[in-house]
Parts: sequence; structure tokens; C-alpha cells
Amino acid sequence: MTVTLEKLTKDIVPSQEMIPEYFRIIRTQKNTHDTFTIELEPPKNGFSFAPGQFNMLYMFGVGEVPISISGDPSDRNTLTHTIRAVGSVTRAMQKLKKGDFVGVRGPFGTHWPAEESKGNDIVIVAGGIGLAPLRPSIYHILSNREKYGKVVLLYGTRMPKDILYRKELEQWRARFDLEVLATVDRAASDWKGNVGVVTTLIPRSHFDPPNTVAMVCGPEIMMRFSVQDLLKRGVPVENIYVSMERNMKCGIGFCGHCQCGPTFICKDGPVYPYNAVKDIFIKREI
Amino acid sequence: MKTSEQSLSNAVTIERKNFDALFASLIKREYQIVGPTQRDGAIIYDIVKSSNDLPEGWAEEQNAGTMRLKRRNDKALFGFNSTVQSWKKFIHPPSQRLWQTKQSSGKPAIIPEKSKKQKLAFLGVRACDLAAMGILDKVFTDSPFTDTGYRIRRSDILVIGVNCTQAGGTCFCASMNTGPAISSGYDIVMTEIVEKSRHYFVVEKGSKVGEEIIKELPSAEANVYEIEGAEELVNKTSSAMGRKIDTTNIKELLSRNSENQRWQQNAQRCLTCGNCTMVCPTCFCTTIEDVTDLTGREANRMRKWDSCFTMDFSYIHGGSIRPSVYSRYRQWLTHKFAAWHDQFGTSGCVGCGRCITWCPVGIDVTEEITAIRMSDKNNPSITLSKENK
Ligand SMILES: Cc1cc2nc3c(=O)[nH]c(=O)nc-3n(C[C@H](O)[C@H](O)[C@H](O)COP(=O)(O)OP(=O)(O)OC[C@H]3O[C@@H](n4cnc5c(N)ncnc54)[C@H](O)[C@@H]3O)c2cc1C
Ligand code: SF4
Ligand code: SF4
Ligand code: FES
Repeated sequence: MTVTLEKLTKDIVPSQEMIPEYFRIIRTQKNTHDTFTIELEPPKNGFSFAPGQFNMLYMFGVGEVPISISGDPSDRNTLTHTIRAVGSVTRAMQKLKKGDFVGVRGPFGTHWPAEESKGNDIVIVAGGIGLAPLRPSIYHILSNREKYGKVVLLYGTRMPKDILYRKELEQWRARFDLEVLATVDRAASDWKGNVGVVTTLIPRSHFDPPNTVAMVCGPEIMMRFSVQDLLKRGVPVENIYVSMERNMKCGIGFCGHCQCGPTFICKDGPVYPYNAVKDIFIKREI
Repeated sequence: MKTSEQSLSNAVTIERKNFDALFASLIKREYQIVGPTQRDGAIIYDIVKSSNDLPEGWAEEQNAGTMRLKRRNDKALFGFNSTVQSWKKFIHPPSQRLWQTKQSSGKPAIIPEKSKKQKLAFLGVRACDLAAMGILDKVFTDSPFTDTGYRIRRSDILVIGVNCTQAGGTCFCASMNTGPAISSGYDIVMTEIVEKSRHYFVVEKGSKVGEEIIKELPSAEANVYEIEGAEELVNKTSSAMGRKIDTTNIKELLSRNSENQRWQQNAQRCLTCGNCTMVCPTCFCTTIEDVTDLTGREANRMRKWDSCFTMDFSYIHGGSIRPSVYSRYRQWLTHKFAAWHDQFGTSGCVGCGRCITWCPVGIDVTEEITAIRMSDKNNPSITLSKENK
């Protein structure tokens, strides 16, 4: 009995989906004091994804984290991620430069119903970094603009310095076919825009509630109140989508970390019809 | 699967004195045999070479929070029930390297862990543990991703099941519909019978390989008394099982009782040690960590068993999703008995009783679920469903 169990069961290939591929960084950009965007070059054959999907990004020797794809889904030659530096992996990523490599596996998870919502009005409600996972949807809708009714983007951040993609927001605001409203929770006196939580924008924006599809992404509390106000305006509950966040180690349903009620966020989410996860917003510590 | 009538006619008996022929046949086929063996005051699964390695004449006394070995008054080879660890560690290793990465001047290299064929024969798999393997199969090969490592490890395993002829102190497989009789998923299944003057096994095949192996063993066709005797022992085991739970509409029960007082009461006792998750044959959660060498030029991605009882498990920026003890125990139990049905179309509990035996404070899932059912305010049919049982 000299063979140890360890020896018996070692040395076997893991699933392909668990093995990343290194992508080279072609551009980095600082978005805000704590948020940055990296653009990666897919090694071969391009990279396809649907708006709202995420990748597991690996930082050499530090670890791996789930990050949504924030770029244009029609551009198969650039993979874009917008990342907020909050902890060990994301802070290490903040130091990445052009020419460095990041491990990528994905894309994983469900997507926003951007394509499926043609013919409807669209309301996008984003809080903070929550704009990043919604940006691919915005790109998709804008490149097929004539297929949609009214399109509204409501964006809230804590403070003016947290606003992401400022230049792009200005460009979008200048378009006649897109209503963009932004607000901040708190601001100094030199701020000329709206002050208040993002939900205050919902009653002020223009869309036809019964024919509207809403996509909401941000902190849970923000999503909860946004959904309430969307319902109040008459958006049908089955037309409301949210994106959930939990700890993730694998992205493919094996590690168990991302469980949210009876679902796995990595495969049943992150984008859910609100109805499928509404319990999570009501119950504590689920 | 065969009907019981077919298997009846196929059953053979093998005398104890010829039992080692089974080892010879497996070794000839190049199987490494893993089976029960007695070590350090417990029965564990490890490599076994002959019936000398089996825990002959040993049983365990199990109860909530306790286990000790005791001598039987016979020489049964399989006279015990749940071991500390299940077979999980062989198909879903506690620690495993997934891949390695090495720094170089350009793109770092990724070296996936190499595959090595292994051929294992699991000797003495109980009905509950066999059901647990079926559940892990769903998790890792049918969900919709496939863990190729798991699939390879699992595909070369020969299962020799043993029906239970006595229940352990914490078993409740009968309530979970997984045992004590083995009904599918085996290559060979045996019932051990120890009489005053005769010690033998009633053996049935469950696969082609199983059939070929049995053919090589000194055996006799089983007669109706032997077959019925074996069945009767297993049936008695079922009715004599000490613990039970009522699983009627358990998903709905747990879902509407997420704020039941019982969770809070339980939190006074639970130490969040995670023992229950480590010994459970179906708990599959893992974490993945980077282990770097001293130069920092080489990193290994290690996958390790993890437990939903830790704070880190659900940590996201800003804090843990489940900081309180009650929420973590509730997560575990609700996942096992309710969410699993949504996720994998089966219960996550097979009733092996390990979590009850190995909980340092003796928390008993059967008691917890019963208490929740008894205090369930919204269930008008409490008494009805109990009568039906
Ligand atoms: C589906 C999904 C999409 C996401 N998209 C983005 C995005 O586009 N941009 C972005 O900046 N962030 C995104 N996040 C959050 C991001 O994954 C975390 O900020 C990141 O994991 C933090 O890791 P860390 O090592 O830097 O932090 P640490 O605090 O050091 O992390 C410790 C551990 O907790 C885990 N963890 C911590 N916070 C989170 C979290 N919020 N979610 C999941 N695991 C966490 C880490 O993976 C690590 O295992 C997303 C999360 C999910 C689940
Ligand atoms: S239930 Fe028992 S074994 Fe499980 S974490 Fe709590 S104290 Fe540990
Ligand atoms: S929950 Fe307990 S009784 Fe059920 S399978 Fe797991 S360890 Fe066994
Ligand atoms: S991230 Fe591992 S199960 Fe979802």
C-alpha cells in the first residue's frame, strides 16, 4: 500500500474551458482615478461575444477574475475590458502596459436581449462601473439604430470623478436619436449636472413603457430601486433584465462560488430576466 | 438496466474462501484495486491487494458527532457502513494542478496538466455512494460543460458494489431513495452473507466486464433460498434504519422557510468548520489558487476543494455575501436538498449520514429538516404528508 491517492489521481487534463490563452495588450487607457480599459488582440480567428457576456482574465502569478466585455461586439479583432482596481488582481492589472499579456478564457454567460428587442423602446440604466457591461449593447443598438424605437441611457455615479467614458457620453448626448441623462449622488458646487440617485431620472425620460425593454446594471441596491421605478412607470416586469455579480472561480459551473438562489451566475446569468432573480433582492444573504 | 427477474437467474454464489480470486482477476486485468481498509482507528478507502487488507470483523458505531470502531462477533469483510471519506477523492481530487504557466521574453507559455490513464476498481461501493457518483457525473459532465479530467478519471472505473445488510447509526438512504439496495450503475454487485457455518457472497453482474470477471471466479449458481435470503437482509436494513426524513415537496418547504427561526437557533451551534462539506460525497465546490515558485517566473493553477462555510467563499469587493453563520448553514442545506433539484434534476443528498457523524457538534440534517417542517406555518398538510409516509 505504498501508492498514495494523490499519485493515483494527479496528471489528468482539465477541461479546455479552464485553460486560458494569452492575449497581447494593444492599448491601455485610464478612464477614472480607479478605472482603466485594456484592449487586447485576439491571437487568431478573432473573438466573438454577445453583449453582456464576460471573460475570466488571468494575471500572471496573481489570479483570475471575471470581467465583462465592454467593447463593440461587431469588432472581432479587438477585445475590450474596463476594469476597476479594487483588490489584488485588479490592482495588478492596473499596472499593465501595451505589449503585456493577459490570460483570457471565455466568453461565458448569458447576454442582454439587445438583438431580441428590435422593434421596442430601450431603457438602459447603469450605475458606476455597471456601464461597462452595458456598453456592448449600446454599440449594438446604435449600429442598428433604425431597428429600435426610442432609446434612453440613464447613468448614475457616486461623484463626477467616477463618470466612465466621458468623451463617448458627450458624443452620445449630441445624437438626436438617443436620450442620455446622467446624474451623480454627490458633487461640489461647480458641478452643473443632475444630483441625485439614478432612479430620479426614470420618471423624467421619454419612452413608451408597455413597449419598452429595460437593461439594468449596477450595485444590487441600485438595481432594486431602478426596477421598482421602471415597474411604476408601467414597464412590463418580463421586459426587465438585470446583471448579477457573485464571487467566481471557474465561469463554467464547476466551482459553486457564484450560486445565487438556485442558479449559477456563470451559466444561468450574469444577465437574468428580473423575475428569475427577484427573490435575491428581497431575501437577506442568499 | 436489467429487470430483477433477469438478475435473479444470473446470480451466483462465491464462498469466502474463494473471494481472493476476485482480486486475482482484477489484477490480471491491470486494475488497481481501491477498497476499504482499517487504519488509525477508522475505515478508509485505499489501495488493497487482497482480502487481508479488508477490515475483516470490524464495524463502526456512528452517531451524531461520534464514530468509533468496534469488533463484530463475526468475520464479515463489509460489516461497516459509511467511511469517513467517500470515493469522491478519487474522481474529484482534493487538490489538483490544472495548468502551469512560465514567464518568457514574449508570450508566457501555458502548459496544461498532462493526462495519464488510470484503471481503478472500486471494491465495496455502497448504494448511497454509488448514487453520489451519479450525481457528480451530472455536475461535471452534463451541466452543460464537461470537466474532461473528471470524465477520464471516471470512465475507467470498475464498480463493485456491496448491498448493505445493516444500517449505520446515521444512515438515512431509504428516505433519499438511494439505498440500501444498489439498483444501477455497477459492474458487479454483491451481498455478503455470514452464517454460523458458511460465509459467502451472492453476486450479480451489471455489465459485460462484470460478467467476464464473474465467469473466472469459482462460483455456483445461486438458488432461490440464497437469493431470497440476501434480499431479505437488505430489506430488513431498510426498515431498521434509525433516521429518516420526509422529503415531500422539500424544495417548496425550504424555499418558503428561508427565514424560519430554526436557522438562527442552529447558528448558535454550528462552528462553520466545513467538516460536513468535506465528507459529503456530493459536495463539489472548489477554489483555484496561484502557487508561484520562488523566482516568480513560474505559476501553478491549483484547484482545491472549498467549502461554502467560509467567509471567503462568497466574498466580493466590499464584503462577503453571507457573513452570518445562519446564512451559510442555510445555503449549504438549501443547496443540497432544494436548489440541487433545479440545477441538476436530483437531490444533492444521498443520505449517507457522514455530515451527521463528522459534525463536531452533532448537527443532524434529518433533525434540522424535520424541525423546519414541524414549524412550517404555511403548510396545512403537515399531518397529511406524515400519514402518507
Ligand atoms: C459577471 C461579472 C462581471 C464583472 N465585470 C466587471 C467589469 O467589467 N469590470 C470590473 O471592474 N469588475 C467586474 N466584475 C467584478 C470583478 O470581478 C471584481 O472586482 C474582481 O474579481 C476583484 O478581484 P480582486 O482580486 O482585484 O479583488 P480582491 O478583493 O483582492 O478579491 C478577493 C477575491 O474575491 C473575488 N472577488 C472580489 N470582488 C469580486 C466581485 N465583485 N465579483 C466577483 N468576485 C470578486 C476575487 O475574484 C478574489 O477571488 C465582474 C464580476 C462578475 C461576477
Ligand atoms: S454543520 Fe457541523 S460540520 Fe457543518 S460547518 Fe457546522 S459545525 Fe461544521
Ligand atoms: S448531506 Fe450529509 S447525508 Fe447527505 S449526502 Fe452529504 S454527507 Fe451524506
Ligand atoms: S463561477 Fe464557478 S460555478 Fe459559477
